[in-house]
Amino acid sequence: MPPEQNPSFAAAFAPALLDPTRTVPAIVTGPNGKAAGRRYAVYRNNVTVSLIDALAAIYPAVLRITGPDFFRAMARFHVRRTPPASPLLFDYGHGFPDFIAQYEHAQAVPWLADVARIERAWLDAYHARDAAPLSPARLSAIVPERLADIVFTPHPALGIVRSPFSAVTIFAANRDDAPVERIDASTPEDALITRPEFDVTVRRLPPGGAVFAACLASGRSLGEAAASALEASPEFDIASNIAGLIEAGAFTSLAPGDA
Amino acid sequence: MSAKLAVTTLVLAGAMSTALATLATAAPLTKAEADAAVAAKKEKCFGVALKGQNDCAAGPGTTCQGTSTADFQGNAWKFVQGGTCTSIELPGGKKGSLKPV
Amino acid sequence: MTTEIAHSTSAIPLRYSTPIGGVAGTSFKPEHLQAILGAGRQRGFFEVHAENYMGAGGPPHRALEAIRRDHPLSLHGVCMSIGGPQPLDKAHLARFRSLVARYQPALVSEHLAWSTHETSFFNDLLPLPYTEATLRYVCDHIDQVQEAIRRPLLLENPSTYVAFRDSSMAETDFIRAIAERTGCRLLLDVNNVFVSATNQGFSALEYLADFPLSRVGEIHLAGHAEQADDEGDLLLIDSHDGPVADAVWRLYEIVIQRRGPVPTLIEWDSKIPDWPVLQAEAAAAQAILDGCRPAALVGDCHAA
Repeated sequence: MPPEQNPSFAAAFAPALLDPTRTVPAIVTGPNGKAAGRRYAVYRNNVTVSLIDALAAIYPAVLRITGPDFFRAMARFHVRRTPPASPLLFDYGHGFPDFIAQYEHAQAVPWLADVARIERAWLDAYHARDAAPLSPARLSAIVPERLADIVFTPHPALGIVRSPFSAVTIFAANRDDAPVERIDASTPEDALITRPEFDVTVRRLPPGGAVFAACLASGRSLGEAAASALEASPEFDIASNIAGLIEAGAFTSLAPGDA
Repeated sequence: MSAKLAVTTLVLAGAMSTALATLATAAPLTKAEADAAVAAKKEKCFGVALKGQNDCAAGPGTTCQGTSTADFQGNAWKFVQGGTCTSIELPGGKKGSLKPV
Repeated sequence: MTTEIAHSTSAIPLRYSTPIGGVAGTSFKPEHLQAILGAGRQRGFFEVHAENYMGAGGPPHRALEAIRRDHPLSLHGVCMSIGGPQPLDKAHLARFRSLVARYQPALVSEHLAWSTHETSFFNDLLPLPYTEATLRYVCDHIDQVQEAIRRPLLLENPSTYVAFRDSSMAETDFIRAIAERTGCRLLLDVNNVFVSATNQGFSALEYLADFPLSRVGEIHLAGHAEQADDEGDLLLIDSHDGPVADAVWRLYEIVIQRRGPVPTLIEWDSKIPDWPVLQAEAAAAQAILDGCRPAALVGDCHAA
C-alpha cells in the first residue's frame, strides 16, 4: 500500500523494530536518495538493546549467574516476543521468570526462574507505596480471646516467593560481586521480601513461614493462618514467625483492634 | 481445616507473648534465621538503585544487535563464560549448566 | 487503616512563579545524590526523566524530594508518544500531571517523537513524517498535555536517522506551526540539531536561523557518537554518553548570542561520569550564559 494511503505511518514503521526478518519499511529513506538500511537499524538497535539492558538492570543476579552473553541472548528472545506494555521500564519483565522457566537452554538450571522471581519482587518492593509498618504495640493491646480472629493488612511492598530450590541463597550470593562459594541448589527456600522503610530486605522464611505469611497477606485470620502453617509444616513455630514478620515490616495494620 | 490442627487461644496467647518479648529485645530471629537474613543481605538502595531506568539516549547505533537473527543455534554452552552457575550444584554432583538438555 | 508515611510536601517549595533565567543545570543521576547533597544549595537546576519517578513510593521519591528541596527541577518526559497517531495514554498523562503537581518543576518538557504503537512500548524516540495530517494530531496531543498540566509544555526537537518519503514540511516549519497553534514553548536540543543536520544533510546554521528561537525556554546539550550509514558516510548517534562536542558548543554560543540566556541542561545518560565531570560541563555552559546578556540590550556577546 502506498504510504500516503496508509493512515498510520506508525503501523508501517513499528513491526520491523523487533522482527529482524522483516524488511526496512518502504516509507523511510535516507536523505537525497540514500539507503535507509543502517539508518533504520539504529532504531532497531536502540529498541532491542535498551530493552535487553532494562532486563539486565532488573535481573542482575540472573545476569551474573548466566554470564552476559547467555543472558543477553536469552533476554533478546523475551524482548522480541514480549515487549513492554507500559512505558515505565521499572515495571518491565514481569513475564521474564516464566520465560526463563520455559527457555530450552536453561532447563539444566531449574532454580534460575525462582531467582528471577525474587529479583522481580525486589524491584516491586522498591517502588511500592510508602507505608509505616505495624508497631508491635498494636499487638500487645489485643486481648487473648481476640487473637485468633485478628487479620492483618499487608504492607504494599510485601512479597513472598516459594522455591523448591535454594533460590534465596543463590539470589543473595549473586546480587553483588563477592566470590560465589559452592552452593547446594537442592534445599527448598522461601523468600520474604519487605521494605519497612527505604531498604528492600530479602529474608529466608523458616518452615511453614511462607504458608503463614501468604495466608495472613490474603486476609485470613491469625488462627486460620497458624493452623494452615502447622498443617503444611509440623515444625512451624508460631512465636518466631509472628516476631519475624512484624520485625520485617510485613504488615501495616490489624483488625479488629486497629480502629 | 481439620479440628486437630485448630490453634487454641492459649497457644496463640503464649506465642504472641513470646513474639512480643522477642521483638522487645530486638532479637526476633533465631540464630539460623539471622544468618539467613544476613546472607540475603539488606541491599542499601537509597539513591543508588538503577534498575530499569527510562532515558532518552540512543544506544548502540549501527551494531547488529537489533538486526541479527542468529542466537544460540544449539551451541549455548559457549556463552556461559563468566557466569557463576558452575558453582551451583544439584544433587548427584550435577553442576549448573546451560547446555541444551 | 493504612498509616501512610506523610509525603513531606511542606518540604517542597512553592511553585517557581518566575523563570529561572540563564542558569546551567545537569541531569540528576541517583549515583550523584550524596555528592550533590553534600555540596548544599548551588546555582543551577536538575532535570529528571519523569517516568523514573512514576512509581508509587520508595527511594526514588525520597531522593527527588531531597534534590527538589534546594533546587529548581526540570521534569523531562520521554514516553508520552506525542508524535504517534494513536490517542495519548490517559493513565500515563494522569501520572505525568501528578508528578507536576507534586514536585512543582520550573520546567516541563516532552519530545516530538513517539514510542508506543498499539500496546507495545519501544523505549526509543521514534521519528514521524512532517505533514498536515501529523501536525493536526501532534497539536491535539499537546493541547491535551497542556490542559492536564495547566501550563505550557516545552517541546523538544528530535535527533533523527531516517527521513519519510511523504514528509511535506521542513522540521522547523513543522515545529513553528505546532508552537503557533498550541502556544507551547520549545526545548531546543542543540546536539539534536547537529546530529540531525549531519544525518539528513542539511545545514545546522540554516536550521537554527529558521527555528523560532523566541519560543525557546530551555536548551539541551549532550554528547554524540560517530558511526557510518549504508554509503559509509558519517552517521551521528544521539548517545548522551560523553562530553559535548566542540561543534555543538559553537552552535550553542551562536544560539545564546541570538536568543539571550536560557536555562541550559547538560544531558548525560550513559557511561555516567563522576559528579565533578558533569559539574564542569555545566560550568562551561554557565560561562557562556554569563558572558552574554540579552541581544536586545547588548548586541554582542563575549562568550567565556
